[in-house]
Amino acid sequence: METIIVIQWALDVLLGLSLFYLAWLALTSEDLFRAIVLFVSFGLLLTLVWIRLDAPDIALAEAAIGAGLTGALLLAGLAKLQIDTREESSGHQTSATQQTTIKKFFKPLSVIAVMLLAILLGYSVLSLPTESAGLLPPVNAELVNSGVTNPVTAVLLNFRGYDTLLEMVVLLVALLAVWSFDARHSTVIANSSPVLGIMTRILVPVLIVVTAYLLWVGAAAPGGAFQAGSVLGAAGVLLMLTGWSLKSSLAGFPLKLALVIGNITFILVALTTAFSGTYSLQYPPAQAGLIILIIETAATISIGVTLAALFLGAQPNNKDKQ
Amino acid sequence: MATLIDYLSLILLVFGAIFFLAGTLGLLRFPDVYTRLHALTKADNVGLGLIVFGLAIQYQSWAIAGKLVLIWLLVLLASASVSHLVARAALRRDVPPWRR
Repeated sequence: METIIVIQWALDVLLGLSLFYLAWLALTSEDLFRAIVLFVSFGLLLTLVWIRLDAPDIALAEAAIGAGLTGALLLAGLAKLQIDTREESSGHQTSATQQTTIKKFFKPLSVIAVMLLAILLGYSVLSLPTESAGLLPPVNAELVNSGVTNPVTAVLLNFRGYDTLLEMVVLLVALLAVWSFDARHSTVIANSSPVLGIMTRILVPVLIVVTAYLLWVGAAAPGGAFQAGSVLGAAGVLLMLTGWSLKSSLAGFPLKLALVIGNITFILVALTTAFSGTYSLQYPPAQAGLIILIIETAATISIGVTLAALFLGAQPNNKDKQ
Repeated sequence: MATLIDYLSLILLVFGAIFFLAGTLGLLRFPDVYTRLHALTKADNVGLGLIVFGLAIQYQSWAIAGKLVLIWLLVLLASASVSHLVARAALRRDVPPWRR
């Protein structure tokens, strides 16, 4: 089977080089739209890389969030910046001759600094022991007590649940940061094409079912709260692109409740386990599966609504007339 | 040992790859947006269908085959709608269709 190993090696090298090339093209592209499209393609190639590294959960998350939702966010931002970009690019050429000494050396210095960092990282990775079992044996040993059979979900939601709790708080803080810019009107431009309307009517129910499927199957196979939440967020983005907007009666407290329910559930579980004899976030093995399912369901709702709200940009409030 | 199913899978996957190659060639060589969309969606839908079929017969399981075919149908729906939207947007921006 020598040829297969050679072909796999060639595929991996080609994948790696394409990543570098796409990243270079995206960073040095003059046209911002082209840069965004190249960035989305970069995300798709990165998904393939994760699959080659035997990490299907991360590949799912990368495809949905990195390539899909981030692309939508960047395009929405670009639409808002369109006029400013044209003015800036025409002024850039005239100010090129007025650079100070520091600015002249900034680009070469940063290239050298980044290359040093790359060399350091490469040296660290290459000096790792080649035949190390890693964390797989301890995780597999404790998997029976964790309540799920997927080791990734066990690590994310049980063994290192604290990190996941902090991740979700970070997502909420990011949304609050976006809302703090006090945009009264959303930047989403509705597309009135009937074809988009038909596609949305067919896709959104399918996306909701896929969300529930990914959430449920995350206990035994690649899936989980973040992947399910990002699919839900994509459904929200699709709805908003057709001109749908949240009813003003739902835009106040119900929206805020949906945004924080994931964090609240997780914190409640942490407090309950802290005051019931064991350490905080140490689930009793008998109820661990149920606790993980409850946390993941609340997290899916929160993540989906947060991602859709990030795309909307402005904070929908009851007084805003749509 | 390669069985008959493996050979059938191989033929379907190779033909799917040929369709993808044809679609990519069309994307690179056709003169304007509309013809490129035509090349992309025609080739990628059939190409993906052949690949899905070639993979589905590897697992003798209706559940997995059903999921793969569902993926193909969703891609059909999405690519048809999106190519219509791209062409509509290009027409709105007065992108001229290529004339001989």
